[in-house]
Amino acid sequence: MLDRMQRLRRGAVTAVGMAAAVVVLASCGATGPRNHQNTIHPAGPAAQKILNLFTPFFWVAVVIGAAVVGMTIFIAIRFREKPGEERNPVQTHGNVVLEVSWTIIPFLILAVMAVPTVATIFNLAKIPHGRDVVHVEVDARQWFWQYVYTDKDTGFYTANEMHIPINHPIELTLKSNNVIHSFWVPELAGKKDVVPGHTNNLEIEASHPGVFTGQCAEYCGLSHANMRLRVVAQTQSDYDAWVAQQKTPLAPSKVVEFTKDISAKWGCLSCHSVTNLTSNIGVTIGPNLTHVADREAFAGDIYQMTQSNLAKWVYNAPARKPAGPLKGWMPDFSAEGMTMPQAQQIAHFLLCETATRPTAHPECR
Amino acid sequence: MAQTEISPVEPETLVPFEEDHARQTNTGVSNNKLAIWVFIASESLFFGAFLATYFLYRGRDAQFLKGPTPSQLLNIPFTSVTSFMLLMSSLSMVLALAAIQRGDHRRFRIWLLATVIFGMSFIGGQVYEFTEFYREGLHLSTNMFGTTFYVLTGLHGTHVVVGIVWLMSIWIRSMQGKIGAERHEAVEIAGLYWHFVDVVWIVIFTAVYLIPQH
Amino acid sequence: MTTVEDATALLHPPVKRSILDRPRSTTGAWSWFTTVDHKKIAIMYGATAMFFFLVGGIEALMIRLQLAQPNGTILSAARYNEFFTMHGTTMVFLMGMPLAAAFGNYFLPLMIGARDVAFPRLNMFGYWVFLLGGAFIYSSFVLGGAPDGGWFGYAPLTSTPMSQGFLPGRGADFWAVGLIMLGIGSVATAVNFIVTALNMRAPGMTMMKMPVFVWMMLVVAFLTLFAMPPLTAALIQVFMDRNFHTNFFNAAAGGDPLLYQNLFWIFGHPEVYILILPGMAIVSEILPVFSRKPLFGYSVVVFSGIAIGFLGWGVWAHHMFATGIGPIATSAFSLSTMLIAIPTGVKIFNWLATVWGGSVRLRTPMLFALGFIAQFTIGGLSGVLHSIVPADTQQTDTYFVVAHFHYVLFGGLVFAIFGGIYYWYPKIFGKLLNEKLGKLNFWLMVIGFNLTFFPMHFLGMEGEPRRTYTYPNGMGWGTLNLMATIGAFIIAAGVAVFLVNVIFTAIRGERAPEDPWDARTLEWLTSSPPPEYNFAEIPVVTARDEFWHRKYTEDDEGRLVKLPPSDASRIPARHDPSEPHGIHMPSPSYWPFVVALGLPIIGYGFVFKLWWLLAIGVVILLFGINAWTSEPATEETH
Repeated sequence: MLDRMQRLRRGAVTAVGMAAAVVVLASCGATGPRNHQNTIHPAGPAAQKILNLFTPFFWVAVVIGAAVVGMTIFIAIRFREKPGEERNPVQTHGNVVLEVSWTIIPFLILAVMAVPTVATIFNLAKIPHGRDVVHVEVDARQWFWQYVYTDKDTGFYTANEMHIPINHPIELTLKSNNVIHSFWVPELAGKKDVVPGHTNNLEIEASHPGVFTGQCAEYCGLSHANMRLRVVAQTQSDYDAWVAQQKTPLAPSKVVEFTKDISAKWGCLSCHSVTNLTSNIGVTIGPNLTHVADREAFAGDIYQMTQSNLAKWVYNAPARKPAGPLKGWMPDFSAEGMTMPQAQQIAHFLLCETATRPTAHPECR
Repeated sequence: MAQTEISPVEPETLVPFEEDHARQTNTGVSNNKLAIWVFIASESLFFGAFLATYFLYRGRDAQFLKGPTPSQLLNIPFTSVTSFMLLMSSLSMVLALAAIQRGDHRRFRIWLLATVIFGMSFIGGQVYEFTEFYREGLHLSTNMFGTTFYVLTGLHGTHVVVGIVWLMSIWIRSMQGKIGAERHEAVEIAGLYWHFVDVVWIVIFTAVYLIPQH
Repeated sequence: MTTVEDATALLHPPVKRSILDRPRSTTGAWSWFTTVDHKKIAIMYGATAMFFFLVGGIEALMIRLQLAQPNGTILSAARYNEFFTMHGTTMVFLMGMPLAAAFGNYFLPLMIGARDVAFPRLNMFGYWVFLLGGAFIYSSFVLGGAPDGGWFGYAPLTSTPMSQGFLPGRGADFWAVGLIMLGIGSVATAVNFIVTALNMRAPGMTMMKMPVFVWMMLVVAFLTLFAMPPLTAALIQVFMDRNFHTNFFNAAAGGDPLLYQNLFWIFGHPEVYILILPGMAIVSEILPVFSRKPLFGYSVVVFSGIAIGFLGWGVWAHHMFATGIGPIATSAFSLSTMLIAIPTGVKIFNWLATVWGGSVRLRTPMLFALGFIAQFTIGGLSGVLHSIVPADTQQTDTYFVVAHFHYVLFGGLVFAIFGGIYYWYPKIFGKLLNEKLGKLNFWLMVIGFNLTFFPMHFLGMEGEPRRTYTYPNGMGWGTLNLMATIGAFIIAAGVAVFLVNVIFTAIRGERAPEDPWDARTLEWLTSSPPPEYNFAEIPVVTARDEFWHRKYTEDDEGRLVKLPPSDASRIPARHDPSEPHGIHMPSPSYWPFVVALGLPIIGYGFVFKLWWLLAIGVVILLFGINAWTSEPATEETH
């Protein structure tokens, strides 16, 4: 009986130990997936500073955690009674030296942690100034991101996909007129909440070109999970080209075509705008559509920019992204009489007529 | 088998479990009295939260420019009179307690009734003030002052009404002969609550009416 | 000359008892409805809270099923949002706090040598408010939609009028009103516990001779007393914004959503200590018993608990590091958060030192207590990492936080609760839970728990935000999420084993010996279960761990010397509940239920704007209070 129990116990301990190892190793997996949203793959100075601050204390925590867990297991095994035995241990009530030590030592460790923490807090809070700063106003909506580039040499609206030049500080001013959201692009910076009635600031900067994805990080309603975004960091020349493209208005004929053939029937311009300069911006309830086809994805950066996705979206948006009873959201046009061929037509227009280079989309060739 | 007791004491004056003075309490304060103090501590934070809200939003209407402002509405002389009534009610409460402690039930009931009447006058003044403000265009939704003022003073008024009901129930029970001199602690506890509500009003009156704002 | 019986009959003529008379019975099924006995009330708190634990657990399993793979379709967005909101709300308000009330209710009076709490009817009222409040909130599922604004219910998402459609349905109204109701019950219980602990200790029991359990419950009661009012204020403000168009959080009129967060977290942070301190209290009782050594550094453990109680008020904005409160405020709260790690760490080391050098019996309660130490430490360490503000701006609102708080609340509190259940089961029910099933319960929970929540640290670091009903393909989160889901079902298996254990013990369990664990504190100095009156004679206390000192003394080396059995250490025989005992105990009463009933009726009146219903509720409330205050606490029944 005793042997069986011992063997059972040993087996249990081994099993648990192996399971623990699997869990830990699987969780660690080196530095995690390359998903463009990984805090352990910083691509800019802010995210890098954060990781540099975090990493050493992470390992200190791991060591302390392992020590305490190990000690717990150790004392359980080392001091256990054999069945039937009843030892008579010394009835220690306390030990002042020990208790003072394990008050002071954690205090010292924390003091060491506090200094670089406060330094980094202030460092990251500085608002950048100077001519190489790019200013973007971020308006968080339900459930997409509107961007207004506000510098003298920019001055236009776009949505969800933000292009930035590498090695420039990008100063974001965050505003919301509805609920609280949070702007988060993990590989570039920590998150900052967007609070109605407040204007918050966040500086992001990329050290090399790439696409960095993010998500709203404050629960904001039904489609919180569908409020994604991407930041495309480009070389100076690529970025300049993009700015020029964005500032190029749609041909007047296209604007007329959209207004007369599409918006007149379905009311698009009561929420969206097909002009995007700060001087001639239309309605900004919905995302700006002037160069919507230039973006990789739409609807809060959740659907790839294809004819099919656009058609399905226009046809019945609430079925593609839960909105519930939210007032003033995109209606279910299929219930208002839109047919799929009509939706396809609209999608074709958006895909091919708003793109700066229509040939970029295979369906437009 | 348990011994049957023939008790000559009337059931109504049996000392309740909570007020068992025969059992000494560790702190020397009876359970009921300790309880009301502890409860008052909790309520202080409740009012504190609404006062903090009021202070946070004070003066915000200037930039939003909507609806009547405090300086246009608040009638300090009038509210001073009603505040004085409430203060007097605390005095009469003290006198009521003194009366029952020395066994003078008639005086006790007179002073208790006076407290209730003072309290009701205060509430009457509050009702008048609320209706006046409403007529002059201040609603809950008008601006920050409307929101914070009505809710803060309204919650206080609710507490006063609860106190009035409490005191009246004591008065009625005294008329029924159920409040003997040995029940004076029940009166003291009601008095503590009443004084607390009065003190809260002094703070609200100072914050809302006396400290100047636009 | 009349006989004693005749005289009795004259003074108390036999009256036909009607349903409207005050209940008298302390036995039988109906007595559970009218009881004011703290032990019965504790059992009701415990059973109801365990029921809500199962409900919240099912909600968690549904969440995990939905997230087991990308683009899950098990739950719609609306349903998912209801489930994560209700999971949090249930576990915090309908499981954690009531289980603390259960343990506190049963053992606080016993441990201080009292016969009951200071206000037995108020105690019962607290239970009814809990049950009715929980039922009220859950009734929302069939009355227009459950709360779906998160357990924390940030404004303006929850405070915007329903007509705007920010959240479907009136769940937020049920949530706000329901929590106000539950808060009333919590404050009532807090007042009760404070007065009991301060006023009703046995002769000789100074504050520093009270068991650590009692100390921690006292701190929890004070925290509850002061934390609930700011929450109530915030909830009233949300309800008024939603329904009466006030502007508390309406930025367009000058309101500030951050006011809500400040008020909520001034409640919310002390709340987490309200949740965990009872767990620490239980563990502080179990470890010494199963190590045959006293708690190491009793004074330090007590003072750490008090320190946590105080410092806990100074850290609330660490939940707001990303809200833009500025570097000075974030630095200050970063430092205060680091500071509170110190008394917490001290307790952990003191617990380890308690077990060190002891004679350790690895029975089920001890396993859970040891699990608590290890897992709570991990959770505490991730909490310290959160205090590094810049790092927190990456971690907050991600699965890293979810990992952190589940380690402290599940790996910590829930493990402590299970330990407490196994430890005190023989005391409460007179039977020991089956040890083999108990160990299986423990191992399934340890494995399942760590498998579920350890990977979440990494999911958070890899960019997965919280409160999202799904995630796309290609993020590399699928494997860890699947692991977490499997772990959750292993936890469920562990809980199932526990339920089997309870049923098995009820049917086939044997009577436990009177002092099965060779324990230390006064609750073991009575029979199991204790009689209604707890102690035939209130014990006189001369030492900390009074019961232990009646059984043992120490020699010069500090080793135990067993004392011969004496009247002082003898546990009385079980008292037959149907026999009268002649000790004046508070009498049963209907009125706590009636008064409590008024509250949900008022609640429905508010939620549905039915003012006549509100009026009925107020009338019932006042009628009940009047009757309650008119009846004496103890009725003569002979």
